[in-house]
Amino acid sequence: MNRRIMLATTALAVAAAFSLSATLARAEETLKIGFVGVTSGPAAAWGTSNVRSMQTLAAMLNEKGGVEIGGTPYKIEIVTFDDQKDPKRAIAGMEQMAQQGIHYVVGPNVDDGAAAVRPVAEANDIIYIPYAFPKELYTKPAENAILGMVASYQSGPAIYKYLKDNKGVSKVAFVAANESDPLSQRDSGVAAAKALGLEVTSADVTYQVDTTDFTPVLLPVLKTQPDLLVLSGVAPAAAPQLIRSARDLGYTGLISTETAQDAKVIEEGAGEAANGFISVGGASTPEIASDYMKDFVAKYTEMFGEYNDESNTKVYALEYILETLKADPQGLTDIGAFKTAIDSFAAPNPYMKGDAKLSYVGTTSFGQKRQLSVPLVVNEYKDGAFQTLFVATVD
Amino acid sequence: MEQIIVNGLFLGASYALIALGLTLIFSLMNVLNFAHGQMYVIGGFITYTVVAQFHLPFVVGLICSAVALAALGAFVERFLFAPVIRRSKREESTMLLAAGIAFFLDAVTLLVFGEKQRGIPKLVPGVFNWDFRIVMPYDRILIGVLAVALIVAFILFMRQSRTGRAMRALAQDRMAAELMGVDVARYSMIGFALGAMLAGLVGGLLVSIVGVNLGMGGPTSIKAFLMIMIGGAGVISGAIAGGFLLGMLESVGLSLLAAYGDITYLVIFASLMIFLAFRPQGLMGKPWG
Repeated sequence: MNRRIMLATTALAVAAAFSLSATLARAEETLKIGFVGVTSGPAAAWGTSNVRSMQTLAAMLNEKGGVEIGGTPYKIEIVTFDDQKDPKRAIAGMEQMAQQGIHYVVGPNVDDGAAAVRPVAEANDIIYIPYAFPKELYTKPAENAILGMVASYQSGPAIYKYLKDNKGVSKVAFVAANESDPLSQRDSGVAAAKALGLEVTSADVTYQVDTTDFTPVLLPVLKTQPDLLVLSGVAPAAAPQLIRSARDLGYTGLISTETAQDAKVIEEGAGEAANGFISVGGASTPEIASDYMKDFVAKYTEMFGEYNDESNTKVYALEYILETLKADPQGLTDIGAFKTAIDSFAAPNPYMKGDAKLSYVGTTSFGQKRQLSVPLVVNEYKDGAFQTLFVATVD
Repeated sequence: MEQIIVNGLFLGASYALIALGLTLIFSLMNVLNFAHGQMYVIGGFITYTVVAQFHLPFVVGLICSAVALAALGAFVERFLFAPVIRRSKREESTMLLAAGIAFFLDAVTLLVFGEKQRGIPKLVPGVFNWDFRIVMPYDRILIGVLAVALIVAFILFMRQSRTGRAMRALAQDRMAAELMGVDVARYSMIGFALGAMLAGLVGGLLVSIVGVNLGMGGPTSIKAFLMIMIGGAGVISGAIAGGFLLGMLESVGLSLLAAYGDITYLVIFASLMIFLAFRPQGLMGKPWG
């Protein structure tokens, strides 16, 4: 009898072990998602917030056993490459992704990097989600790039119109760093301001990317006495210094930008001088953030010590990739299926309260759906935090 | 014009302080310390941490930056540069080592202090305004005065103290100094520590004005090299002159050339090339080294 019990117990244990190993094997499938962007230098915050958002979301999903796509659970692995904001390195990064058989990449963060990787991505069946605004990346014949945020030429007009209607702004001045992204954002901003009938008092003044003292830069701009000073494409590192210098020089008008910023950085660098500063954000302001978004912020803070408000927008890219793959699992190996799924894709937006949806947009700007539908949240900085000024949608 | 001069003087004072540390290290050891900018950045982050995270006074932050960077400088000299200089006669060995240290410090800074821009509250509120002819926040005036005071203290230290005189002797003729009984190894280490300390101090000083971020190291090193090329490499008065000259050129360029786009540094670099073609040793350097 004892022998029988022992045999039965052993058989059960072996069966359980086989069953467990089979379950483990099922969860061992890994889906690699790439990141190519800037995680060092003055613009490190842009790419780092991307990478950390992806890593946080991947950790949250993996802790729950992974993501089920086509009936198979996948662990998510984030493969990262720092392009140092250098287009040549961005190409090398994208080639590295191709060598690893990765079909979905988030980044690059800037215009020239995003343009440079296009041939590599198209030759190697890679869908990539840049945070760069050149329209040719998203209009046919280009098909592989999907804009990951709201472009300045989409948010700028909305912000200027709001300020014209609600704050009586009539004169605008622009200042930009002397590199491609800020300059192109300045040009589109100037065009948008003129289209609204605003007077552009200054748009020629630029500054070196590594400028640390903005007083001499801003002097000629502020002499034109604008109602609104637009910091076109301003890097998170430069925004507080520009705000502080402008206020030190006695400027009392409005200051805005079309790039995402971090409230803590603004608070430390500019303090009360930044009250009223207007920027574009994502979905974590208390008025609109869902509980899932709050969980994400908590997990991010747990993993990296401090949350970055730029992740309010950056959180979406990986979510979109995974949800679209769920919609058509063939996309795992065939990006053609992913592109087809884009047109009809719709899923609940887990980061916002209410019944907001994830979907692809961009038909108005690009003639095809090549943009993530991210809420256009225009924020106003006030005493260390962003408050939602208004929420709009693109397309 | 008054505003341009005041801006130039403020920039010049902080630039000169950065250049002093670099030129001191170069004069003592013939080492081009490409990691000087990274040391400046670490100094800024340390002061930020002490003041903004631990809520201690700014002076404590400055002292912590100075001590930490002096220790880092001494360590780098004793365990990295000194062995390389002993074993290799090729100057590019120390240059490669310095570049490697710069990359390493960048990586460590990212890991320890993160990717974000950091800053501390204004030390003194308010703005000095002389009929809009000169507008200068009081905290800038304070930092400018402190920078000038540190430059003066450094000069006095080099002239009056035994250590300073030993280092000057070492800079003038290393072999003669050694024959006269100067402990070359010891004073090289002290000199490197002092140079790194100056970088850390100015990083700490300026964190209250311009903040600090990971990417500031490289550009700071480039500007520091520019200053000592203008003034004359290895000459203390040259570093000071180079710093003030670059600050003034930057201020004038940004104000008067603004209408023509961002060409200030283009003009400065072009002028420097022409200047060095006629006077390769800089304003105060000696043609023989």
